[in-house]
Amino acid sequence: MQKKMHVTATINGEVQEFLCEPRQSLLECLRDILHLTGTKEGCNDGNCGSCTVLMDGRLVTSCLVLGPEASGAEIVTVEGLARGRELHPLQKAFLEQAALQCGVCTPGFLVAAKALLDREPQPSEQRIRWWLANNLCRCTGYDKIVRAVQQAAAELAATQGGMNRL
Amino acid sequence: MSTQSYQVIGTRPIRHDGVDKVTGRALYGADIQMAGLLHGAILRSPHAHARIRSINTSKAEALAGVKAVVTAADFPPTGDRIVDLGEGETPLSYIRGNILASGKVLYRGHAVAAVAATSPHIAAEAASLIEVEYEPLPCVLTAPEAMRPGAPLLHEDLKTKEFGQQTDRVSNIAEHFRHSLGDLEKGFAEADIVLEREFHTATVHQGYIEPHNATALWNNDGRLLIWCSTQGAFVVRDTTACILDLPVSQVKVTPMEIGGGFGGKIPVYLEPVAALLSKKTGRPVKIVMSRKEVFEGTGPTPGSFIRIKIGAKRDGRFTAAQADLAYEAGAYPGAMVGAGAMTVFAAYDIPNVTIDGYDVVVNKPSTAAYRAPGATNAAFATETVVDEIAEHLGLDPLDLRLKNAAKEGTRRADGLKYRRIGCVEVLEAMKAHPHYRAPLEGANRGRGVAIGYWFNAGLPSSCTISVNADGSVTLVEGSTDIGGTRTSVAMQAAEVLGIPAGSVHPVVVDTDSVGFTAVTGGSRTTFATGWAAYEAAQDVLRQMKERAAKLWGLEPSAVRFEGGHFRASGHEISFAELAARLAETGGPVVGRATVNPRGVGGSFAGCIVDVEVDPETGKTSILRFTSIQDAGRAIHPSYVEGQMQGGSVQGIGWALNEEYFMGPDGEMRNSSLLDYRMPTALDLPMIDTQIVEVPNPGHPFGVRGVGEANIVPPPAAIANAIYRAVGVRMRRLPMSPPNLMQELWKKS
Repeated sequence: MQKKMHVTATINGEVQEFLCEPRQSLLECLRDILHLTGTKEGCNDGNCGSCTVLMDGRLVTSCLVLGPEASGAEIVTVEGLARGRELHPLQKAFLEQAALQCGVCTPGFLVAAKALLDREPQPSEQRIRWWLANNLCRCTGYDKIVRAVQQAAAELAATQGGMNRL
Repeated sequence: MSTQSYQVIGTRPIRHDGVDKVTGRALYGADIQMAGLLHGAILRSPHAHARIRSINTSKAEALAGVKAVVTAADFPPTGDRIVDLGEGETPLSYIRGNILASGKVLYRGHAVAAVAATSPHIAAEAASLIEVEYEPLPCVLTAPEAMRPGAPLLHEDLKTKEFGQQTDRVSNIAEHFRHSLGDLEKGFAEADIVLEREFHTATVHQGYIEPHNATALWNNDGRLLIWCSTQGAFVVRDTTACILDLPVSQVKVTPMEIGGGFGGKIPVYLEPVAALLSKKTGRPVKIVMSRKEVFEGTGPTPGSFIRIKIGAKRDGRFTAAQADLAYEAGAYPGAMVGAGAMTVFAAYDIPNVTIDGYDVVVNKPSTAAYRAPGATNAAFATETVVDEIAEHLGLDPLDLRLKNAAKEGTRRADGLKYRRIGCVEVLEAMKAHPHYRAPLEGANRGRGVAIGYWFNAGLPSSCTISVNADGSVTLVEGSTDIGGTRTSVAMQAAEVLGIPAGSVHPVVVDTDSVGFTAVTGGSRTTFATGWAAYEAAQDVLRQMKERAAKLWGLEPSAVRFEGGHFRASGHEISFAELAARLAETGGPVVGRATVNPRGVGGSFAGCIVDVEVDPETGKTSILRFTSIQDAGRAIHPSYVEGQMQGGSVQGIGWALNEEYFMGPDGEMRNSSLLDYRMPTALDLPMIDTQIVEVPNPGHPFGVRGVGEANIVPPPAAIANAIYRAVGVRMRRLPMSPPNLMQELWKKS
């Protein structure tokens, strides 16, 4: 009796195949099947944002997506942000601004902030706060997180902004 | 203030565990994978108070994939006894009772049974197949209700301890104590103004983002191995050993990365259950709580009823103060009302004081510490009454506080006489801050201030430092790192050794690999584990001086260490150069230290807040917020600021939104992160900080500890700001839209 489904998806740029039960969430598939445990579970009902990933360029809370729904999709997780040994400007800025304490919400914030900066390279403070309101952090009071996103935006503008607009 | 200059202390290096935490590589408790791993699930009580008539596990056991079921009957048959695990004498039956209920369930969410299965889904399904027959009993949910004569009793054997003596009175009041100073009646008789007010605060949760988790393997050699998310691996070891009647050496606890704790990850919930399941199956078992379980089955902080009475002379001098603090312990005694009593008037020098504390059990989850536990409730009451006195006397609220401020030598009613403290310095910094004088215009806007205190903790810590041939050192410690303490501890060793922070490699290890270290709590890690690192580094220097002396054919006493170099007449060698020559001078160098410091220095924190109230909806917005705190010495200023900002925002959430919204049947109606509304980025402005440094004379670098005092003043400051904005005095937390609207309607 066959219980599992065969799923093919592109995860952090690599085509991956895995078997999952229909009731397993994308979050469970990432963590328990593919061992990508950087994506965290905080509530399993879409309210904390710790499991935020990009699915075909859209931000989703992976606890609310079923594994089989990822068939054919392109998924980006926190493990996909750095290029080889080079950290993404957001990762660097989070370190330099001390924008994490316990760090468990950090992967979700990084992915969400990346989605923002990919769309809007120069968001205002209010826009950053609005965008990140889907992600809960209980340690930092958000101050240093907002500043880190501002720093990363400024760095991205200085290094690539000109080229992207050509 | 000290003028000593430091090379490392006061700088802002990137934390040692930072890269792992921004790349997703850091391993938290729930990330554990191992061969043969089973998954556990817990069945919890649907009733707030009920007798368990029977438990039938047969249907659960018959489900395919289920490997074991356990209940309280699986605890070793040792009978009850009194144990002390660092929080005072407690019956073992209470400690076990909160892990798996026996006889009665005392709150909705109380664990009753557990299952291990091949997947989390099967385990959850099996738990729902366990049949429990309950006899529901009437429940009590607040301290005043539970204290009433004739109230339903949670524990038929709980006798009130009064003024330190055991009485024969069976009631829900576990303890009533009193602190007295001076002559209260005389003090109130001398006053020109006396105000007495009553306050209610709701149960709130620490709200860490990572749910509790534990993985246990009861190995074939009889040793129990545990991996978990905890603020104190040794507490988990000792508590689990006690519950399971094992020698402590038979339990090894590995603390994984922890996703927030705030005091709520000191108690043990899952570890003994996972252990019992592993014992039955011979396989490792992992249990991870759902968010609902975190709300309903772990320890929030007490709701409370508080009465405050303060008398003052016309010039503002306080003559007397009285407090009644009734805190809800939840299902088992231990509401931390003692800490409430220690902090309620801690900011003031008052000659005549009486404080009564009541530790009251109610049918809610057994409470746990939450950042300055007990102090925020108390300060909400005191600091709003102080604000009202300032208004009546026409005094500036900070001037009134400065006039009465506690200082070195002030005696508190609970007996403590202050050493050097920074209460006055924090109040002066608040008064001098541009925020305090900035214009605040517009309708329904107001500014409030308040001050808060936390006494901080010492307790034991251990540390070893081994010197590497490349001139770096490896620092081994037992303190869970929740907010950057690997770095603040490493920096203190680096300062002593004259090397950069990056040349110290800190590692947090399991209970087999380091000496006993108490919890990461009480703001003690940078203070006490930092001190252990300081001493271990001194031990390294002592041994390295011997090596230098050997190289140069001198007595060790002829060698001095300055500016990162060992020197003697005509000789000089850097730390790194000497580190490379350890092999030829006698072998490796390992420094070690254990400390149990007495020189704890309490921390004061104040805040200034501007609010705007929407009179149509009762919603309060924070327009501007400034947190000011005495750090003693800020080892890593960014992480000190981070503590201040995080504590302030938790205080804002506690003030404005957060509460266990309880139905009359004891059901929490908002047990999700959608309905239990913690602040989001959009609810807040930037949180400005100012660090005050009044060095603690009881620490080599002057550290006080900064984790907690910052959460204490925000609810009171926000209440005072709301009064200035719309003219109503809020005496109930949270000051949520419905609660605020009620007061606005009463006024109009």
